[in-house]
Amino acid sequence: MAQDVAIIGIGLHPFGRHDTLTGRAQGAIALRAALKDAGIGWESVGIAYGGSHDAGNADALCNDLGLTGLPFINVANGCATGGSALASAVAAIRSGSAEFAVAVGFDKHPRGAFNPHPRDWGLPDWYGETGLMLTTQFFALKTRRYMHEHGITEDSLVRVAQRAFRNGALNPQAWRRREMSYAEIAESMPVNLPLRQYMFCNPAEGGAALVLCPAEVAKRYHPKPIIVKAAVVRTRHHGSFEVFSPALAAQQAPAPTVTASRAAFEQAGVGPRDIDVLQLQDTDSGSEIIHMAENGFCEHGEQERLLRDGETEIGGRLPINTDGGCLANGEPIGASGLRQVIEICTQLRQEAGARQVPGTPRLGYTHVYGAPGVSGVTILQR
Amino acid sequence: MPHPVLASPDLIRFEGDTPHLVGSRCDECGELYFPATDSCTRCTATRMSPHDLGRRGTLWSWTIQGFLPKAPYDSGETPETFRPYGVGYVQMESGLKVESRLTVADETQLQIGMPLELTLIPYRTTGDGEVFTFAFRPSASA
Ligand SMILES: [Zn+2]
Repeated sequence: MAQDVAIIGIGLHPFGRHDTLTGRAQGAIALRAALKDAGIGWESVGIAYGGSHDAGNADALCNDLGLTGLPFINVANGCATGGSALASAVAAIRSGSAEFAVAVGFDKHPRGAFNPHPRDWGLPDWYGETGLMLTTQFFALKTRRYMHEHGITEDSLVRVAQRAFRNGALNPQAWRRREMSYAEIAESMPVNLPLRQYMFCNPAEGGAALVLCPAEVAKRYHPKPIIVKAAVVRTRHHGSFEVFSPALAAQQAPAPTVTASRAAFEQAGVGPRDIDVLQLQDTDSGSEIIHMAENGFCEHGEQERLLRDGETEIGGRLPINTDGGCLANGEPIGASGLRQVIEICTQLRQEAGARQVPGTPRLGYTHVYGAPGVSGVTILQR
Repeated sequence: MPHPVLASPDLIRFEGDTPHLVGSRCDECGELYFPATDSCTRCTATRMSPHDLGRRGTLWSWTIQGFLPKAPYDSGETPETFRPYGVGYVQMESGLKVESRLTVADETQLQIGMPLELTLIPYRTTGDGEVFTFAFRPSASA
């Protein structure tokens, strides 16, 4: 039996826009907060994994925190950067190669949609030049097809966004803290129909960090350690419907989210029904709806009813994105996946204040998805 | 009549004046690709042959690009002159779905399953004239 790993420190620099701070400075603030939460110093950390998409090498954090000589691995895995850093940190503790490990991410993106370069993704120039290489288009195309196949209506797209901003309003660290009316969302500017302005998250800034150690010693450092029951990353298979695909194979294959989710549940020895609070990648309303089913939390098409009946609200059976998710927090790519883990830790510690799920949640779940077809899932236990 | 200047000449084969999409087919397992590739992500083979994907299909999914994309989009438009354009996946007779611009950008005239055919549209005008790319337009039959 592999050694259990625990999260003993969490630290967040709130997401949003911070004109006077570099991305790295926000990462350093988050990392110092996580170390303080764990009650250890940077010099005790045996290995670190970190990433940033647009704000420089994560390893440069050592210039802020201290040049202790530790191995610091830069992680560059798109939206799954945080998930990959965490999976690597867990593996390092399990293997016994370090007593304390850190997973950290930060970012600072230019305003507006991301503008990827075709060659970085193994794609021809014409694909970008003729206006086909946009993540927002992909989300819209996947959502439209999904709605057609599974009877989802625009009502669900609005309800997901409405809940995200409602939860964001309860979260003092969220970027967007204003509730929005149904009509305000439903009538917002068409960006890529069926998706509209307030159904999309925005690129943002922020930092997030975790400190991990073997579970058996975790209580020495934090009274409420959170056990990482699974931390899994999977990439796409031939035939899955992924972002930046000039064509799709005749025969469709399951998304990497499906394979990552199954592997995580198997590793943790639990099922979707056991999860008390969850985070699903919500780059846009449509994606969250698709991810509900791809992660096994409902049947395809059942989302319409679950959303209408309030089952995904903080007080519901399946509380999703209790901190407002990407929609209310924005997406600093390097930090986003770790923000999800931090929110689940906060919920499992029962320290989430006005947005705390009722009862005594025991198991939480996080899921990220990003270009070019990579997904990361964690299952966390109090 | 000379063929139009294309952003991507390798993608198109002309039968007379009629454009067809060109991709590749895996010599081992028969899987189809667009654009042409030199390896098969299905079976990992590396022997591929050019393949005519035809010019007809049906609309499999669609959206309307509502804002001016950043670079590398190079239509030369400005936020003031930008006009939204349709984008879709078009299911070809083989079952392969090709992502393409659509000539229609009106949501009331787009429906999953509608028959489409290949055409070429100017997407950029430079001092040297118009540059064309492939697009699908509504057709009478699939
Ligand atoms: Zn093959």
